[in-house]
Amino acid sequence: MESRVLPTNLLAFIPLFPLVGAAINGLFGAHLQRAFGKKAIGLVGVALPWAAFVFAVLAVAQLWREPEGTTLVHRVYGWIGVGFLSVEVAFALDRLSAMMVLVVTFVGSLIHVYSLGYMAEDKAFWRFFSYLNLFLFAMLVLVLADNVLLMFVGWEGVGLCSYLLIGFWYEDLANARAGAKAFVVNRIGDFGFLVGFFILFWGLGGAFTETGYHIGSGYSLAFRDLPALVATAGDKTLWGLDLFTWVGILFFVGATGKSAQIPLYVWLPDAMAGPTPVSALIHAATMVTAGVFLVARMNFLYAHSPLAMTIVAMVGAATALFAATIGVFQYDIKKVLAYSTVSQLGYMFVGVGVGAFWAGAYHLLTHAFFKAALFLGAGSVILAMHHEQDMRKMGGLGKVMPVTRWTYWLACVAISGFPIASGFFSKDEILWQAFNTNALLVPGWLPWLLGFAAAGLTSFYMWRSYFMTFTGPLAKIEGHGHGRGHGHQDAAPREQPAVITGVLVVLAAGAVLASLIGLPMLWTGHAPWLEHFLAPTFAAAEGLPKTFTGHEAHRLEWLLMLASTAVATIGLGLAWWLYRGRDNPVPAQLAARFPGTHRVVFNKYFVDEAYQRSFVWGFMSTSRLSAWFDQHILDALVNLVAALTRLFAALDGLIDAYVVDGMVNTVGNGVRASGRGLRQLQTGRIPQYLAVVVAGAVMLVVLARFIVDVYT
Amino acid sequence: MIETQTTLLTWMTFTPLIGVAAIGLLLMARPLLGLSQRAVDHGARLLALLTTLPSLALSYVMWRDFDGAAGGVQFVHHTPWIRAFNIEYFMGVDGLSVTMVMLTALISSVAVIASMPWGIARDDSHHFSRRQVPGYMALLLLLETGMFGVFCALDFFLFYVLWELVLLPMYFLIGIWGGPRREYAAIKFFLYTLAGSVLMLLGMIALYYASEPTTLVDGTAAAHTFNMLKLAEQANRFELMAPILGLPFTKVVWVGMFIAFAIKVPMFPFHTWLPDAHVEAPTPISVLLAGVLLKMGPYGMLRVNYPILPEATLWAQWGVAIFGAINIVYAAFVCMAQKDLKKLIAYSSVSHMGFVLLGMAAFTPQGISGAVYQMWNHGIISPALFLIAGVIYDRAHHREIEGFGGLSKNLPEYTAITGLAFMASLGLPGLNGFISEALVLVGAFPVFKVITIVSASGVIITAAYYLLTMQRVFLGKLNEKYAALRDLNWRERLTLYPLVALMVVLGFYPMPILDLMNPTLHSLVLPFAQRTGLVTGP
Repeated sequence: MESRVLPTNLLAFIPLFPLVGAAINGLFGAHLQRAFGKKAIGLVGVALPWAAFVFAVLAVAQLWREPEGTTLVHRVYGWIGVGFLSVEVAFALDRLSAMMVLVVTFVGSLIHVYSLGYMAEDKAFWRFFSYLNLFLFAMLVLVLADNVLLMFVGWEGVGLCSYLLIGFWYEDLANARAGAKAFVVNRIGDFGFLVGFFILFWGLGGAFTETGYHIGSGYSLAFRDLPALVATAGDKTLWGLDLFTWVGILFFVGATGKSAQIPLYVWLPDAMAGPTPVSALIHAATMVTAGVFLVARMNFLYAHSPLAMTIVAMVGAATALFAATIGVFQYDIKKVLAYSTVSQLGYMFVGVGVGAFWAGAYHLLTHAFFKAALFLGAGSVILAMHHEQDMRKMGGLGKVMPVTRWTYWLACVAISGFPIASGFFSKDEILWQAFNTNALLVPGWLPWLLGFAAAGLTSFYMWRSYFMTFTGPLAKIEGHGHGRGHGHQDAAPREQPAVITGVLVVLAAGAVLASLIGLPMLWTGHAPWLEHFLAPTFAAAEGLPKTFTGHEAHRLEWLLMLASTAVATIGLGLAWWLYRGRDNPVPAQLAARFPGTHRVVFNKYFVDEAYQRSFVWGFMSTSRLSAWFDQHILDALVNLVAALTRLFAALDGLIDAYVVDGMVNTVGNGVRASGRGLRQLQTGRIPQYLAVVVAGAVMLVVLARFIVDVYT
Repeated sequence: MIETQTTLLTWMTFTPLIGVAAIGLLLMARPLLGLSQRAVDHGARLLALLTTLPSLALSYVMWRDFDGAAGGVQFVHHTPWIRAFNIEYFMGVDGLSVTMVMLTALISSVAVIASMPWGIARDDSHHFSRRQVPGYMALLLLLETGMFGVFCALDFFLFYVLWELVLLPMYFLIGIWGGPRREYAAIKFFLYTLAGSVLMLLGMIALYYASEPTTLVDGTAAAHTFNMLKLAEQANRFELMAPILGLPFTKVVWVGMFIAFAIKVPMFPFHTWLPDAHVEAPTPISVLLAGVLLKMGPYGMLRVNYPILPEATLWAQWGVAIFGAINIVYAAFVCMAQKDLKKLIAYSSVSHMGFVLLGMAAFTPQGISGAVYQMWNHGIISPALFLIAGVIYDRAHHREIEGFGGLSKNLPEYTAITGLAFMASLGLPGLNGFISEALVLVGAFPVFKVITIVSASGVIITAAYYLLTMQRVFLGKLNEKYAALRDLNWRERLTLYPLVALMVVLGFYPMPILDLMNPTLHSLVLPFAQRTGLVTGP
């Protein structure tokens, strides 16, 4: 496939708009809000993301008119240039980033609109929009970056915004702690990312030449140039593994942080401390998918390394199932969705891990819609319940909140995998591709099986949340004044205004309509539209071996599709039976029957506690030990030397009061002399200090000359 | 060699000294004119400003006219000084020192402004900015002259004298205007640095007598030379010198010099003077100490050890890298356990200076440029951090991290500035600290794989201690004891905003600084890279 680069001047504007919004609201927001009210803030905060969306559409339209394999590139300026390392601030739009940039700006802008309603009562309205705009800027830099290092700017930038927004209500220390936890856990992943980058750079750095440290003319860190460069450097090995494998694995370590996979997923459930639009935008639709995007971006590495692919796919599959089991036992509606997000991200990694990069990307897209709809629906419910998040205290809301209910219902249909909404098509493609792959070090049915089991659980916990929230007798609002939401005077929960429900409708529609771009070949006779669209970006995936082909493959795919639908139906049925009414005793009985299992899963397998007692404890102990060593060993030694010197000087002075020779005595006298000088000086006058300083300088010169004389 | 002479550096270096003299005159004139104490204090402050800002302006001229691409020594002022010992007055800057000179000018100006009593409660007569002002200002200016001189001097003897000139005012500034344990801290600082100076002195003299006959700048013959550039040209000769106490000459001299400079860095295990000095020093002095004085250590290594003793530098390569990694990781762990905000920032300096050692040991272009850019960036970030610690100390009269809480509610501007400086220090991409740390690590990895990975883990620890500090001081419920604290005043804004602006600008656009240094630094490490097999070209 011909790849060509087309210069453009459009791309930098896409991230620039939200940056301007962040700057206006961040620097002047407090004044603007006082002078013109929240309307002005909201106008700036929402208009600029939409402007970014418009420019994104324009750019994608331009890309669309060009032949396949074209990349639009906007070079802005040379960022870092040292020796042969030369990094530009440049943005690139190929078909993968085209999909991402549309998802990010569209869903992102919608969530900004929703926030107008959700945050209406908050005093720090301006701060919220400033952070949210800043996040959008960082996310767009991440998506559009032309090279690895600039992508890392976006990568850490979204992490910073995540930290700021999780701890947005910082007066509650728990929120601040959750933010810090997210940042630090992400940093562990970033450490992996960085080491991956070092190895990549080292691998590409062939030789330093005498004429200015060249590496050959083709050196570049731009994504589009990497496949060819890596292919030439691919035989390099380090500690027994080749370059592809190392870089692939280490970038995936970064991805496990950002995208909340085992073992670094622990920050995401805590991140629900942030306002709900944040959970929807950052912790469901966009930021957490950055890891998947990274693996898809680097597809040429993974396609060459069965080990890296296996790790990605198996960690993804294990996370999908593991998080789903936790989700089953949660009562906090946002926690259910949080574990669900972890689990769904696991599916995406299965997709990109088995070489079905487009399927991973497709699930990323559909998930952005249905999970944003679910989170924002949950947000609508939480507002109606006056910031109550416990589903046990909800119920019957469907009657009073019809729009929220039916959009949530549609999103549940999408996520749980019924073949009428998008989630089915993306998830099923991933599962089928996993089953059929022969490129891993493990048989394909293994990740499939984990994913299949998780699919049943997904259907169950999602419908459980739906029934607990929207069906049964109508909930009463308990009078717990949580500080926020003072405006709700009436006691009964009711539907939210159009600024909130309108967004829900658009997202739910998107969750259904996104099916159209991914209808499987079995149904339509040709490859899914999105697969075709993304194919130029994922050329490396084409030759990956499959287990089944032809007619046999078709039969199996039908079979698996039926199985998926069946398991989703079972999940729905179980949830309907157990949670439709308020009073089904079976869940409690089951919990009583298996107390040990229930306790372990209900407490999220005690992973947080285990981390606390191993890593965190070890970390803090090392820190205390280091500080102790520094103060009580190193510094004590210094003081001891000083004391001994002083003692030695005093003794020496007794023996030989006038002859001063040797370095040690000089030092010892220096101590005493300076001590005396100091005491006198403190009461002294200015000319005196200056005299002492000048005298000291002269003394040193004399000393130097004295030594010179001795040696000559 | 015929050099075009210019007195720019001389004026820049000694303008503050004019200020010292002027303050002296002011004091002498006081009885004649019948000036009040207040008037004298104000006069001294004004004189300090009036002699510091011209140096800043001159450093701007230097930056504007410095030809980075050309490399080599520029703005030379070269004339014989003490003929008896072939000592010359030789000033000049190259790509290594030009950024350090700019940093000195900038941070000195910040420190002078930070020494003004604006915004300090009138009844707080014990505040350092109100105590014995003329002496304080005179010493500050003397210190400034010394710092400029160290970075400009290219004659070893001149370098040594100016190095000592930095030590003395610093000692008094800590010892007189410092906190409760100022005497202990000042003596510790003095002793440590003096020990280093003695080693440097001995090494310098050894090199002098080992040098071969040459000429002074005016063409007169000289049996030996202190000219650092000429000493570097004679590097091979030093290899032939007789051993000292049975140990190879160059290695002994190298180690002596290295320890002298490592104390200033400060390098583990010679770093314990730094936390005490910082904790006791008044804010502007901490600013200068962290911003400029620490840079004298690695600067000396790159000015003396690298070009003059290359064989021994190669021999010590791994040692330098390992100590760099220890600095980074060990000091970061120590930071984590600190309770005093200023002590934490002091240890974070130790940690961040480790990157300089690691980068310079790699002999790669990215490593060395990253190291010197890290010196510059640390020179921007750590002064901001010490100013930040000063802000809270001036208001609450303590710095216990655990003693605050929820300050962001009433001090939003202060919180934002602090957050930004913390982020710059922990290496958030988009801010300046990231560029230099990334360059160092990228440059070091091809040479030291495990050491670099260990060092890179510092990013996790650093994030942890800064965020923990942020959380304890600024987030959570407002501690009612501090409900009345005021946000930043204009003096604090005047000092903090330029630094913070530089963090952002130089994170997105570092080339103005990197372009100055790249050619000089790369030709400095090229011979080493060739020797270690990094260079395989023609």
